[in-house]
Amino acid sequence: MGAEGQHIQYLISGITLGSIYALIALALVVTFNITGIFNLAIGEFVTIGTLSAVTLRSAGCPDVPAFVLAVLIAGVIAATMERAAIYPARKASILTLIIITIGVAIALRGAALLIWGTHPYPLPPFVDTAPIALWGAVIIPQMLFVLGLAVVAVMLLFAFFDLTYAGKAVRAAMINRNAARLVGINPARLSLLAFVFSGMLAALAGIFIAPITTATYDMGFMLGLKGFVAAILGGVTNVKGAIVGGLLLGIIEAFAIGMLSSGMKDGIAMMVMIIVLLICPTGIMGLRIYNKRTGSWMVWLRQKVGTGSR
Amino acid sequence: MASAKSRYWIALILVVVCVPLFVKSNYVLSILIVIGLYAIIVQGLGLLMGYAGQVSFGQAAFYGLGAYTAAILATKCDWPPVLCVLVAPFLPALVALIIGRPILRLREHYLVLATLGFGILAFAAFNESIALTGGPSGLTGIPYLSIGPLVLDNDRSYYYVVWGVLGLVILAVANLTGSPIGRAFKAIHASEQAAQSAGIDTALLKLQAFVFSAFLAGLAGGLYAFWVTFVGPSPFGFTASIEFVLMAVVGGLGTLWGPVLGSAIIVGLAEFLRWGVPILLPKVGGEFEIVFFGIIFVLIMLLRPQGILAPGRPSGMSGVAVKEEKCSG
Amino acid sequence: MLRVNGLTKQFGGLTALCGVGFVAQPGQILALIGPNGAGKTTVFNLITGVLQADQGEILLANKRIDGLRTFEVAALGISRTFQHLELFTTLSVAENVMVGAWPRNRASFLRCLFRRPGMMKKDQELYNKALGLLAQVGLKGKADWPAKSLTFGQQRLLEIARALAGEPQVLLLDEPAAGLNHAESADLAAFLRSLAERGLTLILVEHDMDTVMGVADQIVVLNFGTVIAGGSPSEVQQDPEVIAAYLGKEDDEVC
Ligand SMILES: Nc1ncnc2c1ncn2[C@@H]1O[C@H](COP(=O)(O)OP(=O)(O)OP(=O)(O)O)[C@@H](O)[C@H]1O
Ligand SMILES: [Mg+2]
Repeated sequence: MGAEGQHIQYLISGITLGSIYALIALALVVTFNITGIFNLAIGEFVTIGTLSAVTLRSAGCPDVPAFVLAVLIAGVIAATMERAAIYPARKASILTLIIITIGVAIALRGAALLIWGTHPYPLPPFVDTAPIALWGAVIIPQMLFVLGLAVVAVMLLFAFFDLTYAGKAVRAAMINRNAARLVGINPARLSLLAFVFSGMLAALAGIFIAPITTATYDMGFMLGLKGFVAAILGGVTNVKGAIVGGLLLGIIEAFAIGMLSSGMKDGIAMMVMIIVLLICPTGIMGLRIYNKRTGSWMVWLRQKVGTGSR
Repeated sequence: MASAKSRYWIALILVVVCVPLFVKSNYVLSILIVIGLYAIIVQGLGLLMGYAGQVSFGQAAFYGLGAYTAAILATKCDWPPVLCVLVAPFLPALVALIIGRPILRLREHYLVLATLGFGILAFAAFNESIALTGGPSGLTGIPYLSIGPLVLDNDRSYYYVVWGVLGLVILAVANLTGSPIGRAFKAIHASEQAAQSAGIDTALLKLQAFVFSAFLAGLAGGLYAFWVTFVGPSPFGFTASIEFVLMAVVGGLGTLWGPVLGSAIIVGLAEFLRWGVPILLPKVGGEFEIVFFGIIFVLIMLLRPQGILAPGRPSGMSGVAVKEEKCSG
Repeated sequence: MLRVNGLTKQFGGLTALCGVGFVAQPGQILALIGPNGAGKTTVFNLITGVLQADQGEILLANKRIDGLRTFEVAALGISRTFQHLELFTTLSVAENVMVGAWPRNRASFLRCLFRRPGMMKKDQELYNKALGLLAQVGLKGKADWPAKSLTFGQQRLLEIARALAGEPQVLLLDEPAAGLNHAESADLAAFLRSLAERGLTLILVEHDMDTVMGVADQIVVLNFGTVIAGGSPSEVQQDPEVIAAYLGKEDDEVC
């Protein structure tokens, strides 16, 4: 395989992985915009969704119902989390809320360990055809399938935002929470909705990616973190930015792993995150907004975080 | 004549000194040593969080840096152990000095994520720099700590070392918090803008607290290396960093004894769950303890977010959070 | 002497200040007045380095101080109070004042860590000095109260005491009389006069016209970020443009 084929290979696997990061980042950004909370347990929903799907399939459930059911299970757990742990503490400090989401993550990871143990579970590819050769690169069809599914998921999401009442309410609340409250959108129900939505989206992302990697009880931790990196790359509050950030992170990672070492795989994402936070904390998409509004980014950051904080 | 305060200190010192006379079990002693080590780290973190109003989810990286520095100096450069322990904290402090300025400009979630990312990056580096750290298999052959002819190769003597150092650390932190610097930290926490207008270089003070916390974590790391005489990456991961924050919060931010209590509670809880859960629920595996661990954190945060020793309202970053709310639209 | 020349500041599309200039003399009280949103607080933020001006210069005793950071400006002897109270609510009343004394009593981290001898004695002296200042602003006997237990008006006075603790040459007061009753305002005015007599340069932002007219030596009137009038209280009171601005005539002056 020539160098060019190699690069195309990196690009395609980067975009595939990136589309998964983008879905998780999307889940985070929507929740953050609505509730002002970064859900550090997001990765666990990836795990729960995936492993539930694996279990349901091996219990004889056909593919699609198994996946739908698994996503619903993640949604129910997310709802429980919001009602039991987040909602009662909604007035607490940010640090408290962060620790709560971490506590939930620890508990869920423990539960996953208890139920599924430490060994990896395979999820067979959705499409079972031979790898395709394209411009000198070898492409596993599942990758294309994942990509297609991610695109469909994002399109459905935007349709939901644009066409349904609940979607419009969510959009309104993302833009201005106080105003949304004034026009009678119930913030408590919205917070619940946001968590359920993000849990389900994360589960979906896990089900998509599992056939390419494998499913383990701790698969979600790093995926969740990468979702954060993607969200930060995209500017934290920006829905479209989350998608761009996810794809970008996937591509950066694929090239870095291919050309440097695979051992620093997780380190690269963290490095990207730190660099972005230090150099331009508003992310790649945020830059323009930053220039328009004020003279200095600290002020912008403060106000933005302020609006996002409750 | 001894004042009430010094009598209270003498009583405490007596208790700490006498404990090994009654505790014969090496298991209990080793738990006390772990609590002591963590309390050293959490004292620094507590100063950073409770006074300077900043947070770090990357303290385990400094802990690890200290441990590896001590281990490498002892095994590859053949430095005397005591000197290694004394020098080890300076590398994490230096790293904190370099990354501190830019990182501490961030706030809230951004600060949490940046420090967390730093911790994960450091953990990956511990695993990957095989030539230096031995990678996942770690560094072996670290000698025991020895002071002249005295070799500290048992838990009893090491307990005295760790708790002795902890005592000095508590004294230093008490000095700081009771001094004009401690007052300035509280001022920054209450209103950074007003503190600056009062002439305080807030960025510098926050950096000093951050470097100090890294120094203490490195100190604990060096002590750890000569206790277990083996250093591998696993104790310095993301989970450890989170546990340190939890210890600081659970004990009570802005209190002198909160870090010690918090370390004792978290370490004790982990041990208790490891033993207790299988006895109470014989059918389930040992993994169940983690579930409880997570649930207990959530419960503590819901019921007493300010921690056990701190009175009244929660501190931590709440001051910042409340203040920001005014500017929201 | 504090001199401000051609200060211009934009927030995005909004021109908050446009070529503002004035000179504040030691021993005098300069009042900066104007309707809400005129840019008064922004002037303070520029002088103290909280914000950086787009154009213009700020000179303290003929030395440029614009571009300095907030704490450096404070160290040069410019103290301020805040329109929206910014007290150290977790500290006691006296401790607030002691923190205010930082520019003259900087503490070093390492010295505090090892508690060098003499340090706590110096701190005790600082405490006594704080008691003196609290007595001057009428907060005698409240030194050890938590700062947040004070009434709104007392908190404003505490901010003044805190600002004075730094022994400033220039004192910037942002609506110090807000929340004070009539008698308290009069006391405050007398106190500000006595400060000026000691040689301090005072710049006062205030909406209460009685206080302003009674106490100011010189008045600068801002409207939509531009200086529309300046001079002694009696001159300003008769200025037609000032009257128009205060009565709310539509003003379409642009930068
Ligand atoms: N940091 C900032 N970012 C954006 N706009 C600002 C900022 N600070 C002030 N402004 C705007 O600049 C203008 C002047 O504000 P400023 O606070 O200086 O007015 P003021 O004269 O102090 O008013 P008031 O009497 O109400 O205190 C206002 O329109 C305000 O909204
Ligand atoms: Mg104002």
